[in-house]
Amino acid sequence: MTFPLYVPPEQQVREKTEFARKGIARGRSLVAVEYEGGVLMMAENPSTALHKISEMYDRIAFAGVGKYNEFETLRKAGIRQADLMGYLYSRDDVTAMGLATAFSQTLGMIFTRDPKPFEVEILITEISPDREHRLFRISYDGTLYDERRFVAIGGKADQLTEALGELWREGMTLAEAFTACAEAFQRAEGRESEGWEIAVLDQANGRRAFRRVDPAELGG
Amino acid sequence: MIEIPSGVQVPALPEGTTVLAMRYADGVVMAGDRRATEGYLVAHRRIRKVFPADHYSAVAIAGTAGLAIDMVRLFQVELEHYEKIEGVRLSLDGKASFLARLVRSQLPLAFQGLVVVPLFGGYDDRQETGRVYSFDVVGGRYEETDFGTTGSGSRLAKSYLRTAYDPGMSAEEAAELSVKTLVAASQEDTATGGPDLTRGILPNVVRIDSTGVTEYEDETLIPYAQRAVETIR
Repeated sequence: MTFPLYVPPEQQVREKTEFARKGIARGRSLVAVEYEGGVLMMAENPSTALHKISEMYDRIAFAGVGKYNEFETLRKAGIRQADLMGYLYSRDDVTAMGLATAFSQTLGMIFTRDPKPFEVEILITEISPDREHRLFRISYDGTLYDERRFVAIGGKADQLTEALGELWREGMTLAEAFTACAEAFQRAEGRESEGWEIAVLDQANGRRAFRRVDPAELGG
Repeated sequence: MIEIPSGVQVPALPEGTTVLAMRYADGVVMAGDRRATEGYLVAHRRIRKVFPADHYSAVAIAGTAGLAIDMVRLFQVELEHYEKIEGVRLSLDGKASFLARLVRSQLPLAFQGLVVVPLFGGYDDRQETGRVYSFDVVGGRYEETDFGTTGSGSRLAKSYLRTAYDPGMSAEEAAELSVKTLVAASQEDTATGGPDLTRGILPNVVRIDSTGVTEYEDETLIPYAQRAVETIR
């Protein structure tokens, strides 16, 4: 009779963490910053077909880095939950907090139960008319962070956060926010970008606040 | 209680009445009166029967109001859901097919007298033209070349449009004609509510063109309604 090999939980967590971090570090990073009109999300993304940023609900957006098929699965599940909640109850009852905790639960469960954790980091942003915007970051193990003003995810998250700490200003215009983010990427990566994917949640867009922005519009 | 075709008795439920959709030079105009009836009684005076479905289409409903309004809600959610998941909008034909399936799913209820029959109109950005679809209770979907009507006053509205319709109309002419048609229908059909200028009750009118769905403001509709009431005998 054979017994399954015993691996202590500390070691299991350590190894899964290392695995997930390596996977995330291979992909490109993403930032979200508050500006005067709402929240700007920006990623380095040479593809114009495979998006990292997407609309989730009226005032809520989703962004993911890491393995595409994995965050795409999460994105679709999130949209399904949001639309279902909004249909069953009211559109006002769909909140970033509710979605972020659901993502956190899912990722946490996958991290502990599945042999392979998801190699992703995701961001849920929500704008509010009183400017109390929400920026939730959820890591591969389901840890949920409530960020303010700006946030970065991906392999270069630390460097980007540090750069944004110096570059971010209260009440920036969209163009200024774009310039600050581009500068932060330049500092973090130490090279020119291979193409931007940009989207905003802007108060001026009406009920569905999400809009994709052509970098050329911002002179990028 | 009202008698229904299968002989089963159901409580009198609010029924939406006359709605119409017509193509004009640059798109589609859709309109509906504001009355809902329960048998011979007026159930609601300000019900809404024309709804934007998404950026480029709108749906108008007639029949059992409770079921119809929820069908529209589900339709709106499904269109937006598809758009968010897939990253592109459904084609106009795709939206019409989907609505036909929603109508068909109501078939067992339709046999019990709870009928919902919508009208669908929108701007087809691939063919760059407005298109109108009408439906029947089994989910049959019929594209109309010029206009479609449904609801209790639909025959009257259709007869009126038959003589007054012109495919080359401007949006404003089409909007005014839609108000006139509803007024004409309300003269002959008790279930169709005419404009009530003292209470400020005006039809719902929307226009769908290459810029999307635009709802007409009451202020714009007041002169149309006044002229219609004065001219229609």
